[in-house]
Amino acid sequence: MDLSGISPVLLLASLIVASTPILLAALGELVVERSGVLNLGVEGMMITGAITGFATAVATGSPALGFLGAAVGGAALSVLFAVLVLWLKSNQVATGLALTLFGLGLASMVGQAYNGIRAPEMGDIAIPLLSDIPVLGPILFRHDWVVYLGVALVAGVWWFLNRSRAGLTLRAVGENHDAAHALGYHVLRLRFLAILFGGACAGLGGAYLSLVRVPQWTEGITAGAGWIALAIVVFASWRPLRLLLGAWLFGGISVLQLNLQAARVPIPVEVLSMAPYLVTILVLVLISSGRGRAALAAPGSLGQPFHASR
Amino acid sequence: MSDVLLAIRGLTKAYPGVVANSDVSFDIRPASVHALLGENGAGKSTLVKTIYGLVRPDAGSMTLAGRPYTPAEPRAARAAGVAMVFQHFSLFDALSVAENIALGMENPPPLRDLSSRIAQVSREYGLPLDPRRTVGDLSAGERQRVEIIRCLLQAPRLLIMDEPTSVLTPQEVDILFGTLRQLREEGTAILYISHKLEEIRALCEEATILRGGKVVATCDPRATSARQMAEMMVGGTLKTPARATIAGGEVVLEVQGLSAASPRQHGMALRDVTFSVSRGEVLGIGGVAGNGQDELLLALSGEMRTAPGMVRLGSDPIGRCSPSERRARGLLCAPEERMGHAAAPDMTLTENAFLTGRVRERLARGGFVDWTGARSFAERVIRGFDVRTPGPGAAARSLSGGNLQKFVIGREILQRPEVLVVNQPTWGVDAAAAASIRQALLDLASQGAAVVVVSQDLDELMEISDRFAALNEGRLSPARPARGLTVEEIGLMLGGAHGMEVAHAH
Amino acid sequence: MIYLEKRPTPSRAWALATPLLAVLATMIVGGLLFAAMGKDPVLAIRTIFWDPLFGEFASYTRPQLLIKAGPLILIAIGLSFGFRAGIWNIGAEGQYILGALTGAAVGLAFYPSESRLIFPLMVLAGALGGMAWALIPGLLKVRFGTNEILVSLMLVYVATNLLAYAALGPLQNPEGMGFPGSRNLSQWSASANPELFTGTGIHWGVIAAGLSVLVAYVLLARHAFGFAVRLAGQSPRAAAFAGVSPSRLVLTCMAISGGLAGLAGVFEVTGPAGQISIDFNVGYGFTAIIVAFLGRLHPVGILLAGLLMALTYIGGEMAQLQLSLPAAAIQLFQGMLLFFLLAMDVLTQFRVRVRSGRAQAPQAVVAQPKPAQGTH
Repeated sequence: MDLSGISPVLLLASLIVASTPILLAALGELVVERSGVLNLGVEGMMITGAITGFATAVATGSPALGFLGAAVGGAALSVLFAVLVLWLKSNQVATGLALTLFGLGLASMVGQAYNGIRAPEMGDIAIPLLSDIPVLGPILFRHDWVVYLGVALVAGVWWFLNRSRAGLTLRAVGENHDAAHALGYHVLRLRFLAILFGGACAGLGGAYLSLVRVPQWTEGITAGAGWIALAIVVFASWRPLRLLLGAWLFGGISVLQLNLQAARVPIPVEVLSMAPYLVTILVLVLISSGRGRAALAAPGSLGQPFHASR
Repeated sequence: MSDVLLAIRGLTKAYPGVVANSDVSFDIRPASVHALLGENGAGKSTLVKTIYGLVRPDAGSMTLAGRPYTPAEPRAARAAGVAMVFQHFSLFDALSVAENIALGMENPPPLRDLSSRIAQVSREYGLPLDPRRTVGDLSAGERQRVEIIRCLLQAPRLLIMDEPTSVLTPQEVDILFGTLRQLREEGTAILYISHKLEEIRALCEEATILRGGKVVATCDPRATSARQMAEMMVGGTLKTPARATIAGGEVVLEVQGLSAASPRQHGMALRDVTFSVSRGEVLGIGGVAGNGQDELLLALSGEMRTAPGMVRLGSDPIGRCSPSERRARGLLCAPEERMGHAAAPDMTLTENAFLTGRVRERLARGGFVDWTGARSFAERVIRGFDVRTPGPGAAARSLSGGNLQKFVIGREILQRPEVLVVNQPTWGVDAAAAASIRQALLDLASQGAAVVVVSQDLDELMEISDRFAALNEGRLSPARPARGLTVEEIGLMLGGAHGMEVAHAH
Repeated sequence: MIYLEKRPTPSRAWALATPLLAVLATMIVGGLLFAAMGKDPVLAIRTIFWDPLFGEFASYTRPQLLIKAGPLILIAIGLSFGFRAGIWNIGAEGQYILGALTGAAVGLAFYPSESRLIFPLMVLAGALGGMAWALIPGLLKVRFGTNEILVSLMLVYVATNLLAYAALGPLQNPEGMGFPGSRNLSQWSASANPELFTGTGIHWGVIAAGLSVLVAYVLLARHAFGFAVRLAGQSPRAAAFAGVSPSRLVLTCMAISGGLAGLAGVFEVTGPAGQISIDFNVGYGFTAIIVAFLGRLHPVGILLAGLLMALTYIGGEMAQLQLSLPAAAIQLFQGMLLFFLLAMDVLTQFRVRVRSGRAQAPQAVVAQPKPAQGTH
């Protein structure tokens, strides 16, 4: 065992990278849930984004176009969910599960042609001046543009929800859809847009795995990241800024466990690989119990179907 | 200014199986309070939703200030100067007062400016309200103020108020009427929907009466007696329930120092509630909704457990007993919400009969359900309480509110309770069904059971209770004999005007 | 103008018809998909749905049908109680693994004894193992209000890692020359779960699946527990009012689903699979979710859905061999089936109405997202 090979600065820098896919997916889901819809299909949309993004990037040679393709792929899959849940009034839990199963199947079928291909590389952008700060520079300011995009999106979603008129309406719809309807707001239209956004974000998160993290296509590449994203939304009590914290926590644990594996600590690899999932459970327990019960912060109409009555 | 603000001509709206409005015509004048009267199901709601743009009529037309008025959605109605205060408030619990108000406006100013305007309007009209508070923590009266201020900020030409006083104490009603009169002086027209006739006589200059979706009469409420209006509304004569009083029965249910937190978010905790009921007695518990009624019911039905001695049946402490154990001992309950609490909407009446009848009607043997027995029990309830339904195989959802309520009350009464606790027994029920439910409760008491009726309807409580107590912010006043209580006394027992002392003084 | 109107009571006819329609729609869309991949759609559909039953190799594939359907039905029956009550255990895959692990571990502890008690003991241990694994999310939900969907799913990933650890560590065959995997349990007479009637594929797991269908049917139709489950799913508040304890219901449903998944695991590891290996689990726990919904959470429906799903597994393998159709196509196919079913479910709860002309119904939900009046 050799722990001296683990550099804290590198560890923190790779933590930021490792947290990006979950952050993106969770951010999308947060907006979806704030609108009152529970989409359990994050894993399916993520892996669909992973393969559509990978395929686009390979075909065009451009990672940027790849991410665009991933967003489109994730959003396209979410349309299926939206139509079923919003207009055909299907059960949100069951439909979300179906979306995940479907997405996994779809991705692995499309992915057959892409096994063993490498993705076009994407360079890091060192932000001038800031990246030269010792310690903080390499940790925060020498990443690829998607990392910055993720953080910017967090700020954007925060602003949208708390400062914009449309965000207020979205929260109102998620809080009490009947009242929002009575005031004349378009519940289903807003939810549809939120679900699309959630799909696109999950797609981006998936593509970050296949284009940057791994970076190649492997079956089951998401390995539960979508589910962890769902857990982080609960952890964050549906607030964007806390989401950042949650994603870093989980990014940190997965990076740490990989580093410990590499350093050959005398713990079986399988036990180390369990760590992110066990920590997720632990965090869920902590956040669900006690005074600040997470459930109390949940949007009022979360998971309930909306059917306008007379 | 023309003499008519809103002219309604021939409005018709049909739903599958029901004609909600049929050829409805009347006029609303500016600077007047116009009453829309009718029983539940008479078509009042559909009509006001049509005016507010939530429902599109099948036929008919409206003109607002001389121009054709066809609002496609509430937004359009608001733009035309029509505002509405809903019966079930369209508020968002987790949002602040200012955010709630912003949501009801077309082009709200930034929140900071809006907050100062809210403060200004609330001062002008004597409706104090802190814009930063979370709506979920407000009392029913305060929540209504949010709705009213939301409307007033738009300076509406027509203000629709749907059953505004059902959640207010008498003192709060006075203040509301003051605000409405002030608005009328300023030229606003008010369409006032209610079935409380004395209020209408005190406030309105004109009344349109709906029955079965049609306009059956118009009158000047100031020159018409409440009884005459009631008979126009019901289309027949009314009879008041009769009872044989028996006095001096032994105490069966005793609640002592009952304190418990609400299981629900934004719920009301019970604080040191104490009362007792004797055989043959009807105890009325009044109060504005949200003051602990639901919590009290949960604590009595066993859905919420308390310390054992807080609830006693006979002399046995039952605070820890489950709902089934309480039923076995003779304490039965009928919660307020019929659909989804007292009954499962998608289940048949037979299944719903089994839902509470299992223990006392012995409908399960060794865990296996006796469906034949459950069916015949359901049939007995249907026959005994005149429940209009094709049969016990019908889903609870397919019954009208009044019929389902008769089924729910009948289901408990037929199980021969020692104590029956009912919450809002006639809420949303037509007058005929309400009368028969009240009669059934009185009959049950005269057969020696103790009955606790929790209701917001003070007239109902005065009509059937022997003693009256009021629930206010989770506390229960000492019970007083119902006979001879004045409206003012009751109002004070209900807590006066919540948080309105300042406004009241001015 | 098309809009939906809620039925006063759910339609029974549509409840029966929609699974059939969903299968039909899946065949059509699946066929189109296969055509797009350059395969003969009719041949592909025939290979998947017809050949396993009546084709050339039917004598080999027919027994496979029951072997595959057994665990699916067993797990789906267990899940159906919770799903009806609104308790979402989606970690059956993990409980299935744990059942196999504990069952195998208990059995291997007695190796090489030939006692007749070993197999029953393994079955019991497997059921308890699955049950314990499912009670983790159950207890956390009851005690802390944790979301059981997420916890049960996280535990699947934990279980797969446990499986790998066991196959490479404690349960590894000491005589296996370092290959991962345990001793072969189906070849050790004390632990073997053999085919009971030659040529049928019936082993103890299939019999258990049949029994579970029967018991579930009786429980749901005639027993107070079945009533409580249905009531809690339809109106939780009415259930609390009736005296159903939500915590007890959560624990019971989790225990049942975990126990049955564990049983499926132990029957599989002692029979068709034969040993603990890294790739022991093949997704039965997830497919069973589809089976449960496709069978409308009804025992008889689950029986039929389980058989159908087994058919697509076997047919899929055949299509893979004969038409070189990718394995993932079947997974996609199954996901599609669930989608179509959920989409068509709308017909059992709602009536689709068409209204013409100006007299529209803005209060009802319009079936297409039309900005003007569709979405409120």
